[in-house]
Amino acid sequence: MKSDSNLEKVLTGGHFAFTGELGPPRGTDAKEVIEKAAHLKGMVDAVNITDNQTAVVRMSSWAASLLLIQEGLEPNFQMVCRDRNRLAMQSDILGAYAHGVRNMLCLSGDHQQFGDHPTAQGVFDIDSMQLISMVKTMRDEGKFLSGTEIEGPPKLFIGAAANPFAQPYEWRVHRLAKKINAGVDFIQTQCIYNMERFREWIKQANDMGLTEKVYILAGVTPMKSLGMARYMKAKVPGMDVPDEIIKRLQGVDKKEVAQEGIKIACEQIEEFKEMKGVAGVHLMAIEWEHKVPEIAEKAGVLPRPTI
Amino acid sequence: MIVAKRKPLEELKNQLKDYKKVLNVGCGTCVAVCLAGGEKEVAVLNAELDMARKMDNNPIEIDAVTLERQCDREYLAELDAIAKNYEAILSMACGVGVQFLAERFPEIPVFPAVDTSGLAVNQDVGWYEERCRSCESCVLGQTGGICPVTMCAKGLYNGPCGGTNQGSCEIHMDQPCAWYMIYERLEKQGRLDCIHEFIPAQDWKNQVPRTLVQPGYKKVEETEAS
Ligand code: SF4
Ligand code: SF4
Repeated sequence: MKSDSNLEKVLTGGHFAFTGELGPPRGTDAKEVIEKAAHLKGMVDAVNITDNQTAVVRMSSWAASLLLIQEGLEPNFQMVCRDRNRLAMQSDILGAYAHGVRNMLCLSGDHQQFGDHPTAQGVFDIDSMQLISMVKTMRDEGKFLSGTEIEGPPKLFIGAAANPFAQPYEWRVHRLAKKINAGVDFIQTQCIYNMERFREWIKQANDMGLTEKVYILAGVTPMKSLGMARYMKAKVPGMDVPDEIIKRLQGVDKKEVAQEGIKIACEQIEEFKEMKGVAGVHLMAIEWEHKVPEIAEKAGVLPRPTI
Repeated sequence: MIVAKRKPLEELKNQLKDYKKVLNVGCGTCVAVCLAGGEKEVAVLNAELDMARKMDNNPIEIDAVTLERQCDREYLAELDAIAKNYEAILSMACGVGVQFLAERFPEIPVFPAVDTSGLAVNQDVGWYEERCRSCESCVLGQTGGICPVTMCAKGLYNGPCGGTNQGSCEIHMDQPCAWYMIYERLEKQGRLDCIHEFIPAQDWKNQVPRTLVQPGYKKVEETEAS
């Protein structure tokens, strides 16, 4: 074991992992985090805590991660390269680890232009690939990026994102390989709607032997409404929503759209369970945390293993 | 070349509101080529300021001179005899020129007339695109001659990010994704191995004021001391 993470134990134990996500509030109310967390407790193996997602200021991801630990859940501490330089990154990693954080997700971060401070200076001192490598060096060699020694290195389970839908397609698996070489332990993919494209990507990853070197969690986000599906298709960079999804949601009664969205998500999860190279699912039920128990139940991923 | 854009008249008027006798100094090199601060732009700006100040009942006496280069002592020396005749100097050079001018005449207030925006190419008359942020560790050899520091909105060395969108950058459909272009070019050259390799964290060199002395040369003080 590289870390003391529950998620790592679930994955190395050969169980199909199931992770959730929680966005910290735009204020100081800890209750908001605690209430969202309550819906996820016992339903998932770890919960991603987003880091100023979409470049909008929120409670810091490590602070919300601590609230989760207090509530008895395991956080997956997200860190983006946009807001911190290497000094701040490493000190936050030490602090988060000292408080019990055991998983970390290394991301570039959405460009600040999309957020609530569009003219902020983006840091990008290092990129997500370099962040993975830095955390691995901290863990395995007990050294900071500078090469100096760390007293009590942070034993973190290292994650990153992958987008199988961005062009050029041929480059996607190579980029995955690059992340594996940099030191990533698990991958959570972009929300998957185009199953055909995803099957191709995972096949390529299997063929290259990559899925033996990294755990891949397939990203799933249930569509709440037709508006959401259309928005994701048209406006979210890097998102691939095929017309069939839109048509399927259009085909049901207006009141049934959300249920249909959940149904699609559950069908996907069923397929992922059987898909070679997929080690679990990452469920991003954005502002829909209270639906997670229902989805987990319907997807047949309960009870979660306790190790 | 270095490109710049003239500041709005309002801002310039505000900078100069307390001065009645001003010298406007143009630069005949980069800012002249990019149509921001050459001889012609000096004349236009002076006419605008003259007119605006008249309308404000606060006339200004504003003279014009355009030097070959403001980033070179040899040319700045041309102002030595006349600078003291003015209450203030306006410089239409890039930020480098403005500072060298201010350094030469430390007792006279010097104001910038342009906003300097970077190192750019000339795409067409009046159309310039940034290409280099002078990072001092050029990686163009590995990235197919496309600068990831400047052309990628996140300055990624191991791109692309997840936001790359059918060849466009996540920031805008009209902005090509630098890493998409890098991939395409290296693929055509059969050199994709260049980006299979992980580029480690940069040792940033642009975090302190930099001085460059070419091999075989010395700083003047050092030469004098020896
Ligand atoms: S890598 Fe980019 S910013 Fe750095 S010197 Fe080369 S072109 Fe300029
Ligand atoms: S989309 Fe491309 S150019 Fe834009 S930030 Fe991402 S990698 Fe850089």
